[in-house]
Amino acid sequence: MVNWNWKATFRLIKRSPNLFLERRCTPPAVVPGFRGFSSGSTAKSQCNTFHGTKRIFPVSDYVETAGICIGMQGGVQRQCYSSLAGLVNRNPRFSTLNDEDIRYFEGILGNKNVIQDEERLIAANTDWMHKYKGSSKLLLLPQSTDEVSQILKYCNSRCLAVVPQGGNTGLVGGSVPVCDEVIINLSLMNKILSFDKVSGILVCEAGCILENIITFLDNEGFVMPLDLGAKGSCQIGGNVSTNAGGLRLLRYGSLHGNVLGLEAVLANGTVIDMLKTLRKDNTGYDLKHLFIGSEGSLGIVTKVSILTPPKLSSVNAAFLACKDYISIQKLLQEAKRRLGEILSAFEFLDGQSMNLVLNHLEGARNPLPASMHNFYVLIETTGSDESFDKQKLEAFLLHSMENELISDGVLAQDINQASSFWHLREGIPEALMRAGAVYKYDLSITVEKLYDLAEEMRTRLGNVANVVAYGHLGDGNLHLNISAPQYDDKVLSQIEPYVYEWTSKHRGSISAEHGLGLMKANKIFYSQSHETVQLMASIKNLLDPNKILNPYKVLPDSVSS
Amino acid sequence: MKIMVAIKRVIDYAVKIRVKPDKTGVETQNVKMSMNPFCEIALEEALRIKEAKLASEVVAVSMGPSQSVDTLRTGLAMGADRGIHVEFNQTLYPLSVAKILRALVEVEKPGLLLLGKQAIDDDCNQTGQMIAGLLNWPQGTFASKVILDKEKQVATVDREVDDGIETLSLNLPAVITTDLRLNQPRYATLPNIMKAKSKPIKKFTPQELNVEIKSDLEVVQVTEPPKRKAGILVSSVDELIDKLKNEANVI
Repeated sequence: MVNWNWKATFRLIKRSPNLFLERRCTPPAVVPGFRGFSSGSTAKSQCNTFHGTKRIFPVSDYVETAGICIGMQGGVQRQCYSSLAGLVNRNPRFSTLNDEDIRYFEGILGNKNVIQDEERLIAANTDWMHKYKGSSKLLLLPQSTDEVSQILKYCNSRCLAVVPQGGNTGLVGGSVPVCDEVIINLSLMNKILSFDKVSGILVCEAGCILENIITFLDNEGFVMPLDLGAKGSCQIGGNVSTNAGGLRLLRYGSLHGNVLGLEAVLANGTVIDMLKTLRKDNTGYDLKHLFIGSEGSLGIVTKVSILTPPKLSSVNAAFLACKDYISIQKLLQEAKRRLGEILSAFEFLDGQSMNLVLNHLEGARNPLPASMHNFYVLIETTGSDESFDKQKLEAFLLHSMENELISDGVLAQDINQASSFWHLREGIPEALMRAGAVYKYDLSITVEKLYDLAEEMRTRLGNVANVVAYGHLGDGNLHLNISAPQYDDKVLSQIEPYVYEWTSKHRGSISAEHGLGLMKANKIFYSQSHETVQLMASIKNLLDPNKILNPYKVLPDSVSS
Repeated sequence: MKIMVAIKRVIDYAVKIRVKPDKTGVETQNVKMSMNPFCEIALEEALRIKEAKLASEVVAVSMGPSQSVDTLRTGLAMGADRGIHVEFNQTLYPLSVAKILRALVEVEKPGLLLLGKQAIDDDCNQTGQMIAGLLNWPQGTFASKVILDKEKQVATVDREVDDGIETLSLNLPAVITTDLRLNQPRYATLPNIMKAKSKPIKKFTPQELNVEIKSDLEVVQVTEPPKRKAGILVSSVDELIDKLKNEANVI
């Protein structure tokens, strides 16, 4: 968190203060004042983070929210956003909540943490993009692993479906109920349990908000290996459960490497203690990985231990222009070779993305005003020696310029300038929202082929829609966004299933870092073989035989029901 | 006409400031340093004046330890023509800075001296006024708009004051200090960073300029501001009223 109060006289500097506060804020949902709680802030305030958030856009700018479940009382259901996974039939095997259930939960959690209040339920039922909306009548706020265990044991015996929820910032409808599932929100489990300064190993509860952990670690001189736009609201339990990627993956690797252990509660209430703090532990199957990225479908993560690297003081950023995609690939190769140990981000955006940001994002300013370029790249380095790093980066950039890999570029001279570069890259989702309807795809494709898809899409769609491509190029992760004035089934039929088929044909992944959730559960076969999915289903069956955990999601209907 | 711009190397404004345990100052070891943002604005203004062909040369001046050269290089990469570094390894107070600047003005004879209105580290907001006094030049402080008339040798300066905009007309040579809204500084582009490497930076010491550094000031101690207490969320209007009545005693 940028320190905001130390210099009152300078508070007004330049443009909007959001530029600094909302750095890396993908969901434009959080008011600065609601962010950056100290780790000591009360549990109550944290659980209200989501409810207290203010949408920057009027809701009408969003996709109109659509209920998606059929077969429920009053279960509506207009479908405004056509790329939803389709209407879902409520699984009749699940019981319906009754007064006795409520009393039982009140017995476990106390009245205060059994929420039936309409307003709070609306917030918990709706995802941040206002794209998915469930109709759960009950929100539970457990305060301990034991409470989670008791809840699940009971739900399992009653065959009540549940949806585990953290900060509810997911993009694929994984964190909200589809029908009337009981919402188990972990926001009250927000304690940091221990931190080992020698090894940098943090142990905390699942409901800790990522930004609070980042602030805590910052004071200790360490960084989280994970950083993403939604950090002000998202929780570590959700990050782990969805194997969130984000901006530091290039440098520090995925959560499969950084999570050293976790504690999870199975559907039947069994607590599995794998909360190790060891880097090496080859004793049998490493089962923690089952809970990383399984989106709460195998168990609820209640505690995690994470390996955190020391914070390095020297951060530099450059914003560059490239004439074609070939140059960008060469630049990436060169950057890995010449900046190796200090390279911490390599992000790209195409000219269309840049145009969009400049037109729709407040405070956006083109650092390279001369003319528009086809591609832009943001390179960040993180190291321990300011002058050495800067010299190294400058030498690399000048070399790349001489070899015509880059056609123009600027180097941030202070943190403020670096933030403004990041503002452009991270402001794209927000700009897309403002521009109208948007179809979002999060794909992993080999870097070489990655941009071909955007070009083919452009040819396919012609003037009908604006194809915007950007992403974590260093990780081979493309965020393909198709922006149109409004949602239109004709446009959608031009995009899907083509995008998925194309990705599948090139052995890519249809979900690089967002997960499958509800949106893509039935699309899993584009990226996984039938045998693999079958094995996943067997594991699901073993750990959650009644299928009460996060139903309708992750695995397709064909194998999960 | 030549423009001289004073630029200062300070802790980057986005960095969290930590006070040294012995309370003698703030921690600067291993901390990101950058050009003072108000100085950046002053330099940007000088460059724009030059680009409008109202000045022939922009000279950037910085004082302090050898690392001040990095800040000068940034200034040169933004577009200044050359730099002057006055090397001094202890704290410089505004009056000393003003005296050094006076000595440099005598060497360089600029037609306009531009400074940031204050540095964000010590917040003194004194140097511009002092140097104007020492040189007996007119001063336009906290400029939010600057217009030069080359023919008449006059600068018109808008200042945002409490009751509106005050417009001053200054005869050149003059001292102008820059406020936040004057302009938006440019980025250092790669070609300009490359060019900056070969631009000259001349070194002086205060002795060479015949300036004796002494100060009437002594910093007694530096402490952190009191920590803000965390807010609380009340669960009902009644609770809020109760707290306002009985805890805050405001109603």
